[in-house]
Amino acid sequence: MKRITLLLAIFLVAAACAEDSGPATVRLLTHDFFAVPDELLTQFTNETGIEVEIIRGGDAGIVINQAILASGNPVADVLFGVDTTLLSRTIDADLFQPYRSEIGRDFVDQYGTAGGLVTPIDFGDVCLNYDTIRLPNPPASLEDLTAERFRGMLVVPDPTISTPGLAFLLATIDRFGETTPYNWRDYWADLRANDVEIVADWGTAYYSSFSATGTGSRPIVVSYASSPPAEVLFSDPPIDRATTAVIEDGCFRQVEYAGVLRGSRNQDSARRLIDFMLSIPFQESVPSSMFVFPVNPAAMLPEVFIGNALVPSDPASIDPDTIEQNRERWLTEWIDTVLR
Amino acid sequence: MTPRRSSALLALPAVVLGIVFFAWPMVSIIATGLSADPGRIASILGKGTTLSTVWFTLWQAVASTILTLLVGIPAAYAFSRFRFPGRALARVLVTIPFVLPTVVVAIAFLALIGPGGVLGVDLAGTVWAILAAHVFFNLAVVIRTVGSLWSHLDPRLEEAAASLGAKPWTVFRTITLPLLRPSIAAAGAIVFLFSFTSFGIVLLLGAPHLTTIEVEIYRSAALVFDLPAAAVLALIQVVGVTTGLIIYARHQERSGIGQHLLPAVATAQRPVGRQRWLVAAAVGMPLAISVIPIAVIVWRVLTAGGGVGLGSLRAIEAVDPSVVNVASAIGNSLQFGVIACTLTLMVALPAAVVIASRRGPMGRWLDTLLMLPIGSSAVTLGFGFVVALDAPVDLRAWWGLVPIAHTLVAMPFVIRSTVPVIRSIGPRLREAAAVLGATPGRVWRTIDLPMLTPAAAGAAALAFVISLGEFGATLFVARPGGKTMTLAIFSLFGRPGPTNLSAAFALSLLLIVVTGAVVALLERTRAPGVGSF
Repeated sequence: MKRITLLLAIFLVAAACAEDSGPATVRLLTHDFFAVPDELLTQFTNETGIEVEIIRGGDAGIVINQAILASGNPVADVLFGVDTTLLSRTIDADLFQPYRSEIGRDFVDQYGTAGGLVTPIDFGDVCLNYDTIRLPNPPASLEDLTAERFRGMLVVPDPTISTPGLAFLLATIDRFGETTPYNWRDYWADLRANDVEIVADWGTAYYSSFSATGTGSRPIVVSYASSPPAEVLFSDPPIDRATTAVIEDGCFRQVEYAGVLRGSRNQDSARRLIDFMLSIPFQESVPSSMFVFPVNPAAMLPEVFIGNALVPSDPASIDPDTIEQNRERWLTEWIDTVLR
Repeated sequence: MTPRRSSALLALPAVVLGIVFFAWPMVSIIATGLSADPGRIASILGKGTTLSTVWFTLWQAVASTILTLLVGIPAAYAFSRFRFPGRALARVLVTIPFVLPTVVVAIAFLALIGPGGVLGVDLAGTVWAILAAHVFFNLAVVIRTVGSLWSHLDPRLEEAAASLGAKPWTVFRTITLPLLRPSIAAAGAIVFLFSFTSFGIVLLLGAPHLTTIEVEIYRSAALVFDLPAAAVLALIQVVGVTTGLIIYARHQERSGIGQHLLPAVATAQRPVGRQRWLVAAAVGMPLAISVIPIAVIVWRVLTAGGGVGLGSLRAIEAVDPSVVNVASAIGNSLQFGVIACTLTLMVALPAAVVIASRRGPMGRWLDTLLMLPIGSSAVTLGFGFVVALDAPVDLRAWWGLVPIAHTLVAMPFVIRSTVPVIRSIGPRLREAAAVLGATPGRVWRTIDLPMLTPAAAGAAALAFVISLGEFGATLFVARPGGKTMTLAIFSLFGRPGPTNLSAAFALSLLLIVVTGAVVALLERTRAPGVGSF
């Protein structure tokens, strides 16, 4: 009995120490695809005396919804990974404490900040990719995909489950409109007639159905504008050019935001983490760790991104409020048009 | 203190764990969802898609269970009644699928029976792909659970019936089947639970048309954040699972037959004549089902990056640690595995003692209730943690939630494999020790513990392997620090680039090898006495 009491006492003292002493810790809640080089985090800790604890909670939608369930009594201090399609929901749930970083003064506004509540960190475009070997003459536009010669060539991840799938659906809604004579539902009915394949998620589409990177036979896939450089960057043996390329039409831009969570007890550390995420070293790391582009215009792109990636000149985008108000109806109508 | 009372207290850790980390979060999140918009409950229930989803979930689970039993029972017979070359290896091979991450299995199945698949039929998006994957996953449950009881049945009963003129089929129907019924029901219940709440398989192989309740919960919770809909569906699922478990417990109560069990060695024999063909067929079928998809994964590893060879294993090193830290994922998995395994033993063994000592309804109900977590929605439980575990101590982002979730999943298996052993320890030995003046603690230490050790070791290995392969619950818990191996595989599959894909397959192979090794070890240390699973 004595031994147990002693053990318990040691444990309690140890627990108390862990709470009080040591460097300050800032907790970052994020999705499973968040990645940052360890050296950068160490550098941040050395400069500020703040340790970063990363808490991952599954994919972006799940993490955001976990955060909303805990609104005002947060699990962490900073949330990273809110994208354009989810932004309105977090604002409605009153998730964030306003913060405007000095570092981003000149460039954050073009990506939106929801009235200073969130800070844009990176952006990425969901774009059609094609197999350059199987398809020397790719479609030039969304409209081409309904043509006979591209019959049975397109594979799309299910927009009701997959984020890139949803982004592609939004690109078509932006292009064809809701009330126009030929609206987005007509377009999808034509895609269906042209034998579009719908699979569960991006990984299945890209690694199973897509002919360039998977075992499948479909030479056109919904993926990212940064996918071709990733094919080069992660090839073994090394190659110079990817055998996939991006179709510039029909891209949808997603901006990823970070924000200080309301109720956080380390507001100051949280702000410094956001400053860090806007700083050049972090911004320059995002292309190769997360396949997205930095919002800070002073950040240099890695070589391979300059040669192979494409930043579409005029991607589609829909206002986050409009997405929030219509998402459920659009998805239901999409199911009725394409799956029923 | 009477022995009965002290024995009930032993179940306390398991019950507390179940209440704090399962029942309370589940009740909280369902209550939050239902109270958010009570007016919508009726409309969600009455929706045509809800009804068709529930119906599909139910019938595919029943079909998966029946198919798994049909393939598994003959195999259980062959494995338990015959000795043949390669038996141990075959047992290891049919067990591996049970712990593979669903993402890997889905990719392997798509390569086999997807568009442009090796077998030449495209079954992707059909119920056939789902059923095949469920059989693949759950065969081990049937073979091991039914097989272990079968290997201890007294063959003299059957021989007596045969000598009285009963045909083999009659002997099976009137003697063997009734004796096996408890283990068939137990295996069937677990397979049903897994298939009923199947998530990854249905999501990846059933898309876009087929969805189960669990997939719909994910859809409502992840993208639309329709919490009321998710709560209603989660409630339907809990009610469905509980009903299933109650039927199962009732059935177990009625069908329990006292019987004389024999050591396995005494009952196994070499197949002769026509038996050889029967054994080959009974073992060959599940072996093919298990090995072919695993072979696809191995083949992908060997041929990744052009040539044939183990070169692609280098892909593991080539993955940028800032993208996915593979080394830390392996470390985390092992660490969580050890913790989950220790915790499971500490909590499940005392509970098993209670269940074993109470042959009446109380033991069975406890046993049944502890099965609930494996039949519940992982997404819902993940959200439940966020709602429920903030006070008095904020545990929402505590690293310990992951091994605790693994423990909840592993517990029913450990209980199933140790209860029969505890029951087989003759009370007379204990009485003799007590008469000679040993205290109850000493009796337990000197009689029960040594007899229990082999089964406990097997149970520990099983808990470790379950923790290693767990995916759903891990994915939806807020985790500080690193990923586990299954999550790293999932993450790598979500990124473009050939080395990421190679690394995902290589990591899967590593998981297969580790699992195979642990299962092989489990085979070696298998209790000579009775042991389920």
